[in-house]
Amino acid sequence: MKPKYFSIPYVGWMAIFVVAPIILVFIYAFTTPTGALTLRNFSDMGLFMPVFIRSFRLAFISTIVCILLGYPVAYILARENQRVQRVLFLLIMLPLWMNFLLRTYAWMSILENTGLLNQLLTALSLPPVRIINTEAAVVIGMVYNFLPFMILPIYSVIVKIDRNLLEAAQDLGANSLSVFRRLIIPLSIPGILSGVTMVFVPAVSAFVITQLLGGGMVFLLGDLIEMQFLGTAHNPHVGSAISIVMMLVVIAFVIIMNKFGAGEERTVGL
Amino acid sequence: MPKELIRLSNCAMAFDGEDVLKNINLYFNDKEFLTLLGPSGCGKTTTLRIIGGFLKPISGDVYFDGVRINDVPPHKRAVNTIFQKYALFPHLNVFENIAFGLKLQRQNGKKLSKTEISSRVFEMLDIVSLKGFEKRDVTSLSGGQQQRVAIARALVNRPKVLLLDEPLGALDMRLRKDMQIELKRIQQTTGITFIYVTHDQEEALAMSDTIVVMESGEIQQIGTPEEIYNEPKNAFVADFIGESNILDGVMHSDGLVEIFGRKFKCLDGGFKPMELVDVVIRPEDIDIVDVSQGMLKGTVTGITFRGVLYDIIVDFHGFKWLIQTTDLCPVGSKIGIKIDPDGIHIMHKSQFSGMFGDYSSFSDEYDEISDVAYEFEPEEAEGNYEA
Ligand SMILES: Nc1ncnc2c1ncn2[C@@H]1O[C@H](COP(=O)(O)OP(=O)(O)OP(=O)(O)O)[C@@H](O)[C@H]1O
Ligand SMILES: [Mg+2]
Repeated sequence: MKPKYFSIPYVGWMAIFVVAPIILVFIYAFTTPTGALTLRNFSDMGLFMPVFIRSFRLAFISTIVCILLGYPVAYILARENQRVQRVLFLLIMLPLWMNFLLRTYAWMSILENTGLLNQLLTALSLPPVRIINTEAAVVIGMVYNFLPFMILPIYSVIVKIDRNLLEAAQDLGANSLSVFRRLIIPLSIPGILSGVTMVFVPAVSAFVITQLLGGGMVFLLGDLIEMQFLGTAHNPHVGSAISIVMMLVVIAFVIIMNKFGAGEERTVGL
Repeated sequence: MPKELIRLSNCAMAFDGEDVLKNINLYFNDKEFLTLLGPSGCGKTTTLRIIGGFLKPISGDVYFDGVRINDVPPHKRAVNTIFQKYALFPHLNVFENIAFGLKLQRQNGKKLSKTEISSRVFEMLDIVSLKGFEKRDVTSLSGGQQQRVAIARALVNRPKVLLLDEPLGALDMRLRKDMQIELKRIQQTTGITFIYVTHDQEEALAMSDTIVVMESGEIQQIGTPEEIYNEPKNAFVADFIGESNILDGVMHSDGLVEIFGRKFKCLDGGFKPMELVDVVIRPEDIDIVDVSQGMLKGTVTGITFRGVLYDIIVDFHGFKWLIQTTDLCPVGSKIGIKIDPDGIHIMHKSQFSGMFGDYSSFSDEYDEISDVAYEFEPEEAEGNYEA
């Protein structure tokens, strides 16, 4: 049997569930409710500028936090022996098997004004903090939900680094710190880049987290789009237009970052 | 008197309870080209890794310049390595690879200046004939070029000792020969001690000042190339270095050995009377003579043209010898042989006795030929060739 027959269901699936919605979004974005072609849906985009900026800013912060937390975890993970690796993997993946809403609700009860965190602080006779319904809470939620997608690609790159290279570097006089700085970090840049893509893109369009942890105070692009499709504003044409603009910005961001990253990778040793 | 630089003293190594090195005692002199020679898996790389600091021996000590260095990490040892797989840094170009060690060096707590680094890298590029390659990606280089980058990357640090783990293993014959000469030249001009690992005996003979023959984690013999070749200590060394016929013999007295029931004159002595010994006769030390004048008589069962010489396989009483000769002796012909006393070398019996030296299964080609029915003819003339 030719292997290409196996791909027919997959191609069909892609056509129906990936390509078709995108085409629909495009049609909506350039038409009026009566079906006439128009560019009007894009004309109010300036109005949404603050939402765009806030979304990208929070996604950016979440991504940076994910790198700072995820890189050491991935690095430690990659250096453990097989059995320890399997256990740690399980721990990292475990939250992903729980429903997304449940996970986020759990964070709600931790961060609430009378939640676990503040109970703990009070018990330690420290002043309570007000986190729930702030941008910080949203960032915490995003980091928690997207961290595994940063850890996994970095881990898989570090684990593949040839041990001989590490020994060669030591042999040439590099102590552990130099080996890390001059070898492991530059060699793991491809992993960081795919991690960034996998965290940043969903973070930009996140919406449930913002409602549960931001309490409607932190209004992001995802909320805006949802509102246009399902919520009170109900204008799927404008919603589609916003989606397209967001998609273009994200694509531009990813392309620029990969270009920058590829250059970085070459010169980082200097 | 050469100065001793590195010493391994009673070093042993085991992985998962399996002995890999057994009680190694070995010293390395300054400015020496020493080769560790042995078959795959005998522990050569393991020995180098102990010297480089990547492995700690489970027992025994490592000394550098008289100082015990068991606990000194690799980056603090004045030793550089050329790894079996070159291990070039894929994210750096040729220049950056070579400069890697220099950028880490500190002189009186100060980094080397950019100009100094650059001039030393270019000097190395010149030595390994890679001028103009400095900007190239290492992954875009041929095997031979990568090899030379690896050499330059290690040498540029001016180490006291360079460890080379089968550095020419991946190269073709021609390039190998060129690089052998090149490496030997670099070693002589820089005066750096080379500890070289190979399983190629020709390479070892051609390049080394001293050869250490290893097998199953033990040193079998240490000596100059001539000593190793001319006076192998046991059947393993004799077989591993060059071609050899290894026969059972009985030592009657100093200078007199019995092989195949005949007595032969030889130059070795110091054995117990009637001691059972292994006798090595190199294929090139055997002269072919007329049947009537031969010390032994045999039948040619195989012949291979080797360029300058023929390799012929000769059957003596069912034991097949390899003889190298310029004379053409057709298969089936009867020949006599003559061996001078200095062509006969006597060794004590060892755990390797009886394992090597019979050419019955020299190659498939020879196997086929030796399948041809062969009539055993008792030899008429008896008597001893002591003349
Ligand atoms: N890290 C390790 N763990 C377990 N066994 C090992 C390890 N390193 C080496 N060995 C074993 O030790 C023995 C000697 O290995 P070593 O690499 O020193 O051989 P070698 O002489 O360099 O061989 P080659 O010519 O094939 O490179 C082999 O049997 C090998 O399988
Ligand atoms: Mg080896």
